[in-house]
Amino acid sequence: MKTQTTIHIVVIGNGMVGYKFCEKLISKQKNDQIFAVTVFGEEPRAAYDRVHLSEYFAGKTADDLTMAPADWYSDNGIRLFLSDPVVDIDREEKLIRSHHGHVVHYDYLIMATGSGAFVPSIPGVEKDGVFVYRTIEDLELIQSFAKKAKKGAVLGGGLLGLEAAKALLDLGLQEAHVVEFASRLMPRQIDDAGSKMLQSQLETLGLNIHLSKSTQEIKGGDTIEGMQFADGSLLEIDMLVISAGIRPRDELAKIAGLETHPRGGIVVDNMLRTSDPNIFAIGECALAHHMIYGLIAPGYEMAEVVVTQLSGGTKEFLPYDMSTKLKLIGTDVASFGDPFIEEPACKTIRYENKAKGIYKRINVSTDGKELLGGILVGDAEQYNMLLQTCKSKTILPPDSEDLILGSRGGEDAGAGVMSFPDDALICSCEAVTKGMICHEVSENGHTTMDAIKKSCKAGTGCGGCVPMVKDIIQGVLKQNGVYVRNVVCEHFDYSRQELLDLVKMNGIRTYNSVLDHFGHGDGCEVCKPLVGSLLASLWNESILQKDRAPIQDSNDRYLANIQKGGTYSVVPRIPGGEITPEKLIVIGQVAQQYGLYTKITGGQRIDLFGAHLNDLPAIWEQLINAGFESGHAYGKSLRTVKSCVGSTWCRFGVQDSVSFAIEVEDRYKGLRSPHKLKSAVSGCVRECAEAQSKDFGIIATEKGWNLYVCGNGGSKPQHAQLIATDVDKETCLRLIDRFLMFYIKTADPLTRTATWLNKMEGGINYLKAVVVEDVLGIGEELEKDMQALIDVYKCEWKEVVESPELRKRFSHFVNAPIKDPSIAFEPMRDQKKVKEWV
Amino acid sequence: MEPVKNTKDRIVWHKACQVEDIPEDGGGCALIEGKQIAIFNFARRGEWYATDNECPHRMQMAVARGMIGSQDGEPKVACPFHKKTFSLQTGQCLNDETYRINTFPVMVKENQVYVGL
Repeated sequence: MKTQTTIHIVVIGNGMVGYKFCEKLISKQKNDQIFAVTVFGEEPRAAYDRVHLSEYFAGKTADDLTMAPADWYSDNGIRLFLSDPVVDIDREEKLIRSHHGHVVHYDYLIMATGSGAFVPSIPGVEKDGVFVYRTIEDLELIQSFAKKAKKGAVLGGGLLGLEAAKALLDLGLQEAHVVEFASRLMPRQIDDAGSKMLQSQLETLGLNIHLSKSTQEIKGGDTIEGMQFADGSLLEIDMLVISAGIRPRDELAKIAGLETHPRGGIVVDNMLRTSDPNIFAIGECALAHHMIYGLIAPGYEMAEVVVTQLSGGTKEFLPYDMSTKLKLIGTDVASFGDPFIEEPACKTIRYENKAKGIYKRINVSTDGKELLGGILVGDAEQYNMLLQTCKSKTILPPDSEDLILGSRGGEDAGAGVMSFPDDALICSCEAVTKGMICHEVSENGHTTMDAIKKSCKAGTGCGGCVPMVKDIIQGVLKQNGVYVRNVVCEHFDYSRQELLDLVKMNGIRTYNSVLDHFGHGDGCEVCKPLVGSLLASLWNESILQKDRAPIQDSNDRYLANIQKGGTYSVVPRIPGGEITPEKLIVIGQVAQQYGLYTKITGGQRIDLFGAHLNDLPAIWEQLINAGFESGHAYGKSLRTVKSCVGSTWCRFGVQDSVSFAIEVEDRYKGLRSPHKLKSAVSGCVRECAEAQSKDFGIIATEKGWNLYVCGNGGSKPQHAQLIATDVDKETCLRLIDRFLMFYIKTADPLTRTATWLNKMEGGINYLKAVVVEDVLGIGEELEKDMQALIDVYKCEWKEVVESPELRKRFSHFVNAPIKDPSIAFEPMRDQKKVKEWV
Repeated sequence: MEPVKNTKDRIVWHKACQVEDIPEDGGGCALIEGKQIAIFNFARRGEWYATDNECPHRMQMAVARGMIGSQDGEPKVACPFHKKTFSLQTGQCLNDETYRINTFPVMVKENQVYVGL
């Protein structure tokens, strides 16, 4: 017998938490139980993301910030009344009355009235030019007033205040000041030292910080002209934004006779029920566990608690962990556990690095076994790990400073997560514990990140737990005695290093032969380029001959970088960045003739874009004839060896860096390796060629050259490390030969030299021992291998240009000589670009 | 050599190219009735396949230039742009279920390659 009951819910408040309540309620609705929901909101807009309000000044529109459009409410049968606050609650009759006269009956009433900006009662606060920072309307007023303001201030140095101050700068004010009553910024999250670090970061952005300032009076006529402080000082400003805290909107609750706290907030129990069993309160208007929770996450949790109860389940709202990690105007700030506990109740460990703007503090129990809390400013990468360690009360290692300083002794840091208890929450987005992941690995054999994502969803939310999950996978496998070998793919049961040795020992030179001898199946887009790279690194034969062409990755296949739209780029080699006027003219003429977009690259050479596949051989023919060679910009190969001006022309240069750079580039051009190689030669200690950010870099000294290795630019910059001092050119080249061949022999696929070094047991000391001191006794062999590759070097574009057979392959269609008709360009700054990706 | 991948409707065979125009264990693109069709000679398996040349991910005409291989025995091609892999048998994208490309039957007779549209 199907009886459908309708439960009438009225929600007072259409902020983020009020909205989330509706969203969760609708999703939990069952067939036999319909919720008839009516929502009243005071603001003229439907719920929007107040947390990201400052993005409104960065270009986001009100629509962008909206949580759900108007039709979401009507589509889900929710009646939404905006600009219509509820003015009265009749608890006996169980109905509410709104400002516009709507009278609605409720079975359950949800108070989600949130909070309002706290405005301290300072004389003059009602003058023009003083604003609060809470609603989009507030922001519109601020934006319009800012047009004629020059100096602005924000009252309140908490998170919102600091964001508002930055917003004032973004709005074009000349000066932005932050005035904070306490002696530090973000007083609830960080300590004095953390605040000082944050302050110096903010000051470099142009904010003026004033701490320990108690504002006595707002000066001026009708419009604000300044702030007078208790210490007698005066700050001249023509605009003020107040962001000094929030006060719960409990006035309606008071009128209705619900229990409220003297200092504000509707009192609720663990089920979030008010003193009336049919009325709940959630979000910032509710006082739960003696706290007003001013963060969005506990607010959403409260919504979940009430929705669960209304749909027949049981759930309590437990004291919510207020640990947070925020990105405050580009600086990470995090605090967890008890950030402020001090001696003698605990022992503190602090790391302060003013040079880098980093401050880290952890509070450890007196017996050294538990992590009680901490603060991170400037670098919060360890936040997840530290939060877990704190919450799960994991026993700390004896050197607990390693938690914030990182493992400096080469020990495996992965041991950290393996020591967590099974119920430690690893993925908080999907609520996956360590025990669940271990189970997936051990019992269900899910040993890759992809498999774990599919089976238990860990890592599919924000992705922040992925490094920890990977560590757990490795940790569990190790525990189960499984030696983890990094095999190439499903078609080979060998690692790259093992396969290289096998191919070398057996002298195999084609892909099919490698697959037949050592693999199985048909190959794939992972093993094909990998084997292609091995063959090139071992034999340096043309990558387009025999069966090697179709196994190449998209760029090597056509000796050019594929670009958006399907055209390619052309990069002739310009060793050391030195070029004659004649050659420059040739490049210019070729570019003009084919209508190519030209740009100078970071590698000190020239890139030509927009070439049709069909035109590549003709373009290169002209370049080859003018004396150019392939620049290998498309391969996992040596790219460039940059140079500074050097002793030939520069008054500071101590050696001829340009000549050496050209010599080095000509020596290693065409070399293929596990990943791209970049180098540079600087003529003196000023290092204008930035050699220390290269895979191998050379810096001149009075006596010779210093060699540095394993540096990296890009998204994870790392400085190269010194392995040889004051060596002559011949020695330098021999060391580089050994270094490069050792890298080729032992690196994992697609690993830059920096990552290769970071993973190397023994690190730079071991690498130096192998390359410089030749402890493995392989130096001579490595040098011979390199020489063999150099001896057979040929420019691969020259080969194509001279071979009609190879030239034929450069055609978009196999059955028509025309170019790809789908390619379209549009003009940009005297040149052109491709029409955008769809 | 080639199996007609069959469908209920009558297939209209179009001449595409010669066998040697397509590299072994690789692909090439043919223009047929105004459509760009990628043709693959999967020599290792002794099979021929054909698909759209346009990759649905970013609408780039490049599938023919991709590497072919297999995943658990299923033949596939990887688009050179972002390595979205597609089954050569069904056209389903194997690493992102939202995408799919069309497949077409291929017939090889007397050194000529025909594609059925």
